[in-house]
Amino acid sequence: MADQNEFQPLVNKENKDVDITSVAYEKVEQPGPKSLLKQAQGFWVTFITMFKKVNTVQYPEVKEPTAERFHGRHQLNRHPDGLEKCIGCELCAWACPADAIYVEGADNTPENQMSPGERYGKVYQINYLRCVFCGLCIEACPTRALTMTNEYELADSTRSKLIFEKDDLLGPLRAGMLPPPHPMYPGMTDTNYYNGDVKEAHPSQEQK
Amino acid sequence: MTTTQENTTAQAVELITVVIDGFEVSVPKGTLVIRAAEKLGIQIPRFCDHPLLDPVGACRQCLVDIEINGRAFPKPQASCTIPVEPNMIVKTQLTSPVAEKAQRGVMELLLVNHPLDCPVCDKGGECPLQNQAMSTGNGETRFEGVKRTFEKPVAISSQVLLDRERCVLCARCTRFSDQIAGDPFITLSERGALQQVGIYENQPFESYFSGNTVQICPVGALTGAAYRFRARPFDLVSTPSACEHCASGCDMRTDVRRGKTLRRLAGDDAAVNEEWNCDKGRWAFKYVTEVDRLTTPMVRGADGVLAPASWPEAIAAAAAGLKGKRAAVLVGGRATAEDAYGYSKFARIALGTNDIDFRARVSSDEERDFLGAKVVGSATTYRDIDIADHVVLIGFEPEEESPIVFLRINKQVRKRALKVSAVATKLSIGVEKLKAEFIKVAPGSEGAAVSALSLTGKSVILVGERAAETTGLLSAASALAEKTGAKLAWIPRRAGERGALEAGAIGTLLPGGRPVADAAARVDIAAVWGVPTIPANVGRTTSEIIESLGNGSLDAVVVGGVDPQDMPNSAAALAALSNSFVVSLEIAHSAVTNVADVVLPVAAVTEKSGSFLNWEGRARAFDAAVADSLNRSDLRILSAIADEMSESIMLGTVTQAAREISSLGKWDGARANFAAVSAAGANKVSGNEALLTSWRRLLDLGTLQKGEANLAGTARKSVAVISPKRAEAMGVKDGDILRVSNSHGSISLPALVEDIHDDAVWVPRNSFGTQVLISLNAVHGDVVSVVKA
Ligand code: SF4
Ligand code: SF4
Ligand code: SF4
Ligand code: SF4
Ligand code: FES
Repeated sequence: MADQNEFQPLVNKENKDVDITSVAYEKVEQPGPKSLLKQAQGFWVTFITMFKKVNTVQYPEVKEPTAERFHGRHQLNRHPDGLEKCIGCELCAWACPADAIYVEGADNTPENQMSPGERYGKVYQINYLRCVFCGLCIEACPTRALTMTNEYELADSTRSKLIFEKDDLLGPLRAGMLPPPHPMYPGMTDTNYYNGDVKEAHPSQEQK
Repeated sequence: MTTTQENTTAQAVELITVVIDGFEVSVPKGTLVIRAAEKLGIQIPRFCDHPLLDPVGACRQCLVDIEINGRAFPKPQASCTIPVEPNMIVKTQLTSPVAEKAQRGVMELLLVNHPLDCPVCDKGGECPLQNQAMSTGNGETRFEGVKRTFEKPVAISSQVLLDRERCVLCARCTRFSDQIAGDPFITLSERGALQQVGIYENQPFESYFSGNTVQICPVGALTGAAYRFRARPFDLVSTPSACEHCASGCDMRTDVRRGKTLRRLAGDDAAVNEEWNCDKGRWAFKYVTEVDRLTTPMVRGADGVLAPASWPEAIAAAAAGLKGKRAAVLVGGRATAEDAYGYSKFARIALGTNDIDFRARVSSDEERDFLGAKVVGSATTYRDIDIADHVVLIGFEPEEESPIVFLRINKQVRKRALKVSAVATKLSIGVEKLKAEFIKVAPGSEGAAVSALSLTGKSVILVGERAAETTGLLSAASALAEKTGAKLAWIPRRAGERGALEAGAIGTLLPGGRPVADAAARVDIAAVWGVPTIPANVGRTTSEIIESLGNGSLDAVVVGGVDPQDMPNSAAALAALSNSFVVSLEIAHSAVTNVADVVLPVAAVTEKSGSFLNWEGRARAFDAAVADSLNRSDLRILSAIADEMSESIMLGTVTQAAREISSLGKWDGARANFAAVSAAGANKVSGNEALLTSWRRLLDLGTLQKGEANLAGTARKSVAVISPKRAEAMGVKDGDILRVSNSHGSISLPALVEDIHDDAVWVPRNSFGTQVLISLNAVHGDVVSVVKA
């Protein structure tokens, strides 16, 4: 058999109009059928496996935890007092190689304080039909607002249901958190928030 | 024009050859080293340097090594302040480790106090500091102290916000305001690390040009309130466009995010707006998306109610109402050149009339004849202002009515003390800034003052559209131009007027300035249009059309973008419209659409392509910035109506219209005649009486400024201006409320005592609380009474 790794141009250099039928080929030997014993040997591997430890589970009845750092659905995190961490900077959208993230920023106002500081993410969408779970957005996020959970069950019946809105992505309100909008922790600046000085909501932050 | 231009450029070249990074380059004497390097494609990092501003050397980012005649400067020098010299050898960061290290050091110092704001900073993604920190900075900071912080942001006006800690103290903004706009309302205050841009305590940054500082700020220290936090550069689709707000003709860039215009920036056109524009052009674009925007055609049914209809229904209704009727066309100044051409052709072919007028404002027959004889086809340009020896302003406030003309004159005033004279009733801020000779006249007697001027062949006379409000003034101006050989230019306020004039959207002219009265001109046009004849009688003017609609000698009218509030006698105009068959092509609900029988929504400028002709007659073409708009241009709708009337005008697309316009070419036959009108002189006043004078301000109640609260915040305050003598006689001081009234109505405004003719009282024409044409129904020079309220 001719060396297949060697690149052989079909057209020879001297004469460009080589007739394709005139190109030489080599005959390949085909092995004939093997003996019965040889064939049974092949099934041995299959047979032995029946007695080994089972690796699969009965999904979806049974679910195994993923690897610790598995890249699953995103989550938008909150500060310990419930304010959103996302500042609507769009860096995640910028980093995204699949153009799956759409963000619109807006001004925080005294009546509508969603995150510490001046700016918050008004519109936040991730399109899970596009996301390739590379995690570059997580690396880009300057506030650790965006992280990934281990949730992987992302299938649905329509395309539009796979565009997750901010409400779908926001993390739950845990103990000590108040739902925004509400004012910032009294006496604290956005820098304090980033330094982790705010541990939980202050009663005065509750908005009537 | 071209010959003078060539001459001046030919004189200026004395070339100097320098070596930069081992490459030789020859540049004109006086060129800065940083520019010469650009010519070679060598980019020296910079912040403060701007080609249109005086060099300051404030940021020190552009340091390079320089050697002249073999003698090296002991330290790196700022390349943006040093002009080239013979035998100069320059080594930039590319070849000199010393320069490279110096630049790195400057960048490190700049970043010491620079906040880590990029994620919340509007400049992020298009920030020269980010870019140059990457190219010229260190990856790691050595600074471990606490950064200086300021309270932020500070609103230095309702539309410009300042984040002081982001400022790199390049003084671009302060230099622009001082050198270009002539509004030195911001300055660098304090010293050392606390140095910052500040406004004067009692003078907010209320400049008509403040948006340019946002555009040239090399960092995100100055941001526009309306755009703040709205988008990142990669979200935006940019389209080169033209400004629809005035006849200056600024080149613009429209940035759209998902079908919504988010910002507009000044484009770069050295011949017109250089790199600047005004705040109206920059920030007034929300009218397109206001709630009163028309979205669907409407037809007035048998029950008298205007109800939404389909396009075919509406087109059929319009055609049925116009066919065989005595109909006219009123087209406002917002039409593009192509749309105006469509209206013009529609009137002649589909309606068989010359009754068309684009002047939806105070106008006169004298003006019509003046435009036909002196303006159409003329080409006085910005360049003529650059080389003029004397500029005369007649019935024209450049800062308010055509801001880029103001900037151009101001540039020459600053550069070479260009002489400017203003024939006006009142001294204005703009005229003061131009250090102009103020020729004070009573409203109505401008003509005599104009005739008394002495000019040369290198002078330029700029006549505003308000000149039509004084009988004989245009005649006097054109006589002056003829006598002295000075260049004459007519500068309307609206962007579309010059284009409409060239398109023949006026009763005396056909497209290309061909006089209707000229049989050869009519044959010319008829041949191109493929029709047997063009109506030969001179068409009615706007006021005649309104009058004829009122008395029944016209039945129907097609109205495109006209606001009756801009016309004298607006109540009568509306009444006349409500008694006729009106087809209204409009962007938004208006007084006209309310009384119209068929309403057809049209595309706004950002949604269509086309071109405007600015006051020079220069075409300012633009493309649709917002794709997939459901709105159609006026042209296409008119074409459909004409088809429905079986009188096709064959103008389905803008390209088609543009091609047809260019195939018409220029008219080389005789111009229409201009019969001079003698000046009338001012009315007499006594006691409480005064002569009304007014003009529109750049920022006012204009329909295209709707929905822009931030912009409106910097509009100049509404005041009634009287002279010191009158104030003394009335016992009035600044701020007292004055009542300006006549039999029709009244306006009450705070008084401002200023340099104005003793017989006159000035109020803004269409500003907050003062709509002269509606409240008083009075025009320039009318007698009103002024009392202390
Ligand atoms: S999630 Fe993070 S990166 Fe994305 S917009 Fe919000 S703050 Fe910025
Ligand atoms: S000015 Fe530039 S470098 Fe400074 S915070 Fe804004 S984007 Fe970042
Ligand atoms: S605000 Fe901007 S333009 Fe003005 S000095 Fe600071 S950096 Fe320069
Ligand atoms: S000067 Fe006129 S053309 Fe230029 S931006 Fe302002 S309104 Fe528009
Ligand atoms: S660019 Fe030269 S000193 Fe700023």
